[in-house]
This record gives sequence, structure tokens and C-alpha cells, in this order.
Amino acid sequence: MKKVYGSAAEALDGLLTDGMLIAAGGFGLCGIPELLIDALVESGVKDLTVASNNCGVDGFGLGKLLDTKQISKMMSSYVGENKEFMRQYLGGELELEFNPQGTLAERMRAGGCGIPGFYTKTGVGTQIAKGKEVKVFNGEEYILEEGIFADLSIVKAWKADETGNLVFRKTARNFNPPAAMCGKVCVVEVEEIVPTGSIDPDLIHLPGVYVHRIIQGEHEKRIEQRTTRKKEEA
Amino acid sequence: MPWDRNQMAARAAEELEDGMYVNLGIGIPTLVANYVGDKDITLQSENGMLGMGPFPFEGEEDPDLINAGKQTITELPRTAYFDSATSFGMIRGGKIAAAILGAMEVAENGDLANWMIPGKLVKGMGGAMDLVAGVGKVIVVMDHQNKHGESKVLKACTLPLTGKGVVNRIITNLGVMDVVEGGLKIVELAEGVSEDELRAATEATIV
Repeated sequence: MKKVYGSAAEALDGLLTDGMLIAAGGFGLCGIPELLIDALVESGVKDLTVASNNCGVDGFGLGKLLDTKQISKMMSSYVGENKEFMRQYLGGELELEFNPQGTLAERMRAGGCGIPGFYTKTGVGTQIAKGKEVKVFNGEEYILEEGIFADLSIVKAWKADETGNLVFRKTARNFNPPAAMCGKVCVVEVEEIVPTGSIDPDLIHLPGVYVHRIIQGEHEKRIEQRTTRKKEEA
Repeated sequence: MPWDRNQMAARAAEELEDGMYVNLGIGIPTLVANYVGDKDITLQSENGMLGMGPFPFEGEEDPDLINAGKQTITELPRTAYFDSATSFGMIRGGKIAAAILGAMEVAENGDLANWMIPGKLVKGMGGAMDLVAGVGKVIVVMDHQNKHGESKVLKACTLPLTGKGVVNRIITNLGVMDVVEGGLKIVELAEGVSEDELRAATEATIV
């Protein structure tokens, strides 16, 4: 049960097929699997459907896979930070399925929990509800949303032990746990792999049962909106 | 004189009660945090945090610590982090007492439109549809009219909806209105604004 791999390319070896569905963690550029995205670019795998809250920015994060035209469809809640995305989308090269953010997160979590569908109030009476089953519970309308069952999950965590138990850091956790859960195979990149037994079992955020392959590496961790206050304002 | 942005934010802050967990949207709603005073309010950021603190000091930005607007922020002693599914679980589950957010249009039946204009670049709804469907109370803070002088408080929304019948209270530069049976009820007028002025600027039915 060796889960630790030497590089992102090695960790993805044998897992990639054209046309596959990939669930990716991250919110904006926070907690995104930078190294695995780079390895996907290198691999040349194409016609990907990617379930991810956002699609990176021009030239960084999932934006790199847009530049190489490896993505054919995105399932996202917000894609406003990427000019190349808009160019391809408006030009009909890229398909886009908007999901409300919480619906997207729950669709991933549900998929990971073996739940093929769930009812939610989110989006009732909006264009998101078009074509979806409506059911009334206690006098209120809900729409049916489907679980996401991805072929592959690519995820970023802060630390892993050698058995794949994960710890995330601050708001870089975001979509990473639900994305990790919904994949048939989950590959995780971390800043540090620590010896098994060195993480307090009570403080593990995602147990290793969800994690199949792990790599360690350096992350750029680019900041999208650097906002600060001056000391004298304190 | 109609209220300015800060006065609208200050008025919205009066809606918050001690002990509330609240989600603030982008724009004027963000300013509400400046006016909560001594009230014990916990801010939720839907990317996975309760207890959002102020912007960091220069040089102390942490790329792993951002708000839903992707801005660098800080944590507080009470802060808790969680994943996106848990975050929207507490939103959908009604655990967040209120959301204060901006809007393009609000209708007299509580319909809200704030995520897309057909024919224009669509960026996405983010978490707005989940928030308005799930939280205890939805408070809209916006200018009463658009830049062409047309009412944004309408009989029916013309833009694609973010939520149907979801708005409870509307705070504009002209005053405060509640969504009630049959239309909107004026709760308060901005200082120096007459009821006639507010009615004249409003397309929606005022009861």
C-alpha cells in the first residue's frame, strides 16, 4: 500500500484518459493543486471535464489547461477572473455548466458518500432549476441535484502522513475535502509528508481512505487580491 | 438628503443582533462590519470560515487565508475553518442568521436578481443562490435607482433570478422597506426624504 510518489507525473501515471471527469480542489487560487495541474498540462491529456469552483486566472492554476485547450467543459460557480476562459466560452470552444457554489460542493460530497442525488432549495425558481425534478417537502419546493462521481480527484493539502491522512491549512481547505471524496482515484499534493503517527488522530481533517497517491513539493501559492491595512490604522 | 454608502451600511448594521452569525456580500455590505459597534457578531465567509477578521497588516498576508472575495484577511480568537460542503451546509441548513447583500433588482414579492445580465459577460452566481435560499433573513442593501434613474425596486424582476421570494428587507439610499403580503411596506425614510419622494422613485407596489 505505497501511496507516496516521487513526482506529480509519476503520481498521475496510468490514471489519465481523454474525455475524463476530474474534480479539482481550491477556491480562487487558494488551495489549488498547482503541481498536479502542471503535470496534467505536461501529459497532454485532453477533452477534460473539470468540476472546480473556479477556473484559475490567465496563465495560472486551471487557466494553464485552458491555454493548452485541454478542457472541453467546466462545472463551476464563478469564472470571472479569466479572459481566456471567456474567449473560449463565447467562441463556443468551451462548455460551461454553472452550479451554485454550495450545490457544487454538496454534489461532490454526495458523490463521495454514494448519494446519487439530493433535493435542495438553492436555485428554485431560477434558470438553474430548468429541466430538474421539483419535489415538495413540508409545503416548500426543492430541486433534484445529482452527485458528482469523478474519474479522478486532484487535491492540495498542507500535510499528509504516509497513509494519506490529511491536514489542511486555514481557508485553503475549501473544496479540497469534497473534491477528494468524489473521485474514483484521488491524488493529493502536500507541502510536507510527515511520518505516520506524527499527526494527532483527533486532528485529521480527511482520513486516508479517500487518498490513493501523495506527492510533496514546493508551491507558489499566488495571492489573487492582496488587501492590507496600515499599522497606524490599528 | 438620501443616505450615502456608509449611512446605508450603518443602517444595515442596526439589523444585526448580539450573537448573530452573519454573511456579508461584496460592496456596501462589506462596510457593514465597520458599524457593528459592541455587538457580538460572527462573520461567515462561505469559502470556509467563521470569525472573519480584518485585512492583515502589510507583509503579514497569508495566501492560505482569504475571504469569499479572494481578499487576504486575518483570523480571530473565535475563528473556525471548515470545508466548502460544511460551509454551505450551515448556510442551507439555516444556521446563518442573516445575509446582507447587494442587488441589481428586487421585486415586491421578494424576488432577487443579482447575478447576471443577459447579453453581458456572465461570471457566475458563486454562493449567492445558496445564501438567499438558506439563511434566516435576507437583507438587500442597494441604491434605490440605477444610474439611468430607473427604479431597482420593481413589481417584477426583469433579470434572471438569484432567488424567488427570498428577500425580507430592502435598505436603499431612500429608506427601509419590508416585503409583506401584497407588496412593500415602508419601515423608515432616510433623513430628509419624504414618503412621496420614495414612492415616486419606486415601481413596486407600496402597501
